[in-house]
Amino acid sequence: MNEPTKRNLKYLGLHAFLLSVALTCLFPLFWMFRCSLMDNQTVFTDKGLIPSVINFGNYADAWTKGGFGVYFFNSILYTVSVVVGIVLVSSLAAFAFSRLKFWGRDAFYYMFVIAMMIPLPGSFVPLFVLMNKLGMANTRIGYILCMINVGLSLSIILLKTFFDKMPSDLEDAARIDGCSKWQIWWNVALPLARPAVAVIVIFNSLNVWNEYILAQLLLSDDKLMPLQRGLMAFAGKHSVDYSLLMAALTISAVPIILLYLAMQKHIIKGLSSGAVVG
Amino acid sequence: MTTATTPKPKKDMKSMAENYLFIIPAVVIFSIFYIYPFYDILNLSLHEWKGIGPKIFVGFRNFQELMVDKIWWKSIWNATYITLWALTFQNVLAFMLALACDREIRFKKFYRVVFFIPPVLSQVVVGLIWRWILYAGQQDGQHIGLLNHFLSQIGLSHLANNWLSDPKTALTMIAIVHCWQGFGWGFIMLLAGLQTIDKQLYEAAKVDGASSWSQFWNVTMPMMVPVMLVVVILTVLGAMQAFILVLSMVGQGLVFHTEVPVTRILAAMQGTKQFGYACAMGVNFAIILIAVSTIMKLFSNKMKQA
Repeated sequence: MNEPTKRNLKYLGLHAFLLSVALTCLFPLFWMFRCSLMDNQTVFTDKGLIPSVINFGNYADAWTKGGFGVYFFNSILYTVSVVVGIVLVSSLAAFAFSRLKFWGRDAFYYMFVIAMMIPLPGSFVPLFVLMNKLGMANTRIGYILCMINVGLSLSIILLKTFFDKMPSDLEDAARIDGCSKWQIWWNVALPLARPAVAVIVIFNSLNVWNEYILAQLLLSDDKLMPLQRGLMAFAGKHSVDYSLLMAALTISAVPIILLYLAMQKHIIKGLSSGAVVG
Repeated sequence: MTTATTPKPKKDMKSMAENYLFIIPAVVIFSIFYIYPFYDILNLSLHEWKGIGPKIFVGFRNFQELMVDKIWWKSIWNATYITLWALTFQNVLAFMLALACDREIRFKKFYRVVFFIPPVLSQVVVGLIWRWILYAGQQDGQHIGLLNHFLSQIGLSHLANNWLSDPKTALTMIAIVHCWQGFGWGFIMLLAGLQTIDKQLYEAAKVDGASSWSQFWNVTMPMMVPVMLVVVILTVLGAMQAFILVLSMVGQGLVFHTEVPVTRILAAMQGTKQFGYACAMGVNFAIILIAVSTIMKLFSNKMKQA
């Protein structure tokens, strides 16, 4: 026996353990997809791993009748707007906290740091009151601004830490060439901070795409609801239509799984560095 | 720290004013959507208010009522129960998987990618999938839900249960699904921690004749304490505040048996329209969480010094 084979045999038990956990992760998703291909009757009776009759009709039904086309569009709109908003607003502030001088700079920065450390589980109550007072309940812009705020503190801290470690040679050169602070932020600092921006984009995309409670409290109009809110509304209305519900769940889960698979290196790197710095 | 301008007094003032423009968007959003609600939750917790109409100042009466509100303390116990599952089952599993992956092993990347799939899904999706798997209905004497069907297939049909409507099992099911979704976080962080341990430490221990068991206790565990404490704190804060799985798996139907603090806050706000009481719950719960995380942080600082 050569060395690698021996090692693999030794690791057989480890693989059995790891593989069984991996299957436990994947199987419910497979089951969701499998049930989405069945009709309303067979989903209750057919127990085969692969359904005897496969049809994709539930996807069309969920998309049009269930209104998931609208929810899907809304989720994309909210995710893109919030993430762009967070990157712009937090990078401006982080750039100032790291590179510019002004009175009260550290106090302003620590305000965001402290906010990160205080858990406030019931904050949606006063937020709901406030949005109604401002007339922003049940509006897209109201929900978007709330969600920008949710991701703001952590993004500012991440970017400020990144800017602090970044050498300022390029910025100095740009300044000598007569660039304004705004040009330096946009043309030099932001492109150089790409790794940190990637982490911010990914984690906030996941967060906005999966957000439920603020959408539930702030958006009552069907046309404004994002996917998670739509799913809960749908599950409440059609509590027995499981094949259709599974199709709707698949529509909601697939984009985020694809984004994750495409970006998993950044995600794992971002999390790992968080753990080690912790 | 570098500054943008060379010191010229007048230009400096103007330039400093310009610098504030960079933080204004962040500060404005933060003030409106964080600081004001923060103030208002404290303010409203001292009032009785139905969401419309006059606010009546009642001092600390909401908090006094909360102290003897049995359902509230039951909900805190329920969240603690989920947290205990997460701390033991979820974290032990995560650590075992991380130890298994902390070596030259095939398919390591595959495992790492797969274990982190549940955490990227929304709790609504996860809760609804599991609600379907745990479905308790029957048709023509056949179990419909996958778990009950599976149990009857392997001859354990007496174990089949109304998992999510039986008060004895509903909360445990929620806790287990919470662990299913959450262990990937702990796994990634603990694996990252394991990989920062200098391999020479193990070599040195081996030279000294340490068994792999003693290497684990004397090298791995002490080096992992800081990362573990981070994971523990995040686990506790996450599990205590979990509530979306409760909504998506059982809804608010199973009164009191599966309620957690956040669903109580929602119920007080949306159901009975007691906005002041809901805010008092929020403040009370925040104080509990801050106390718990402070104790854990003090403890972790002690451990780091030791």
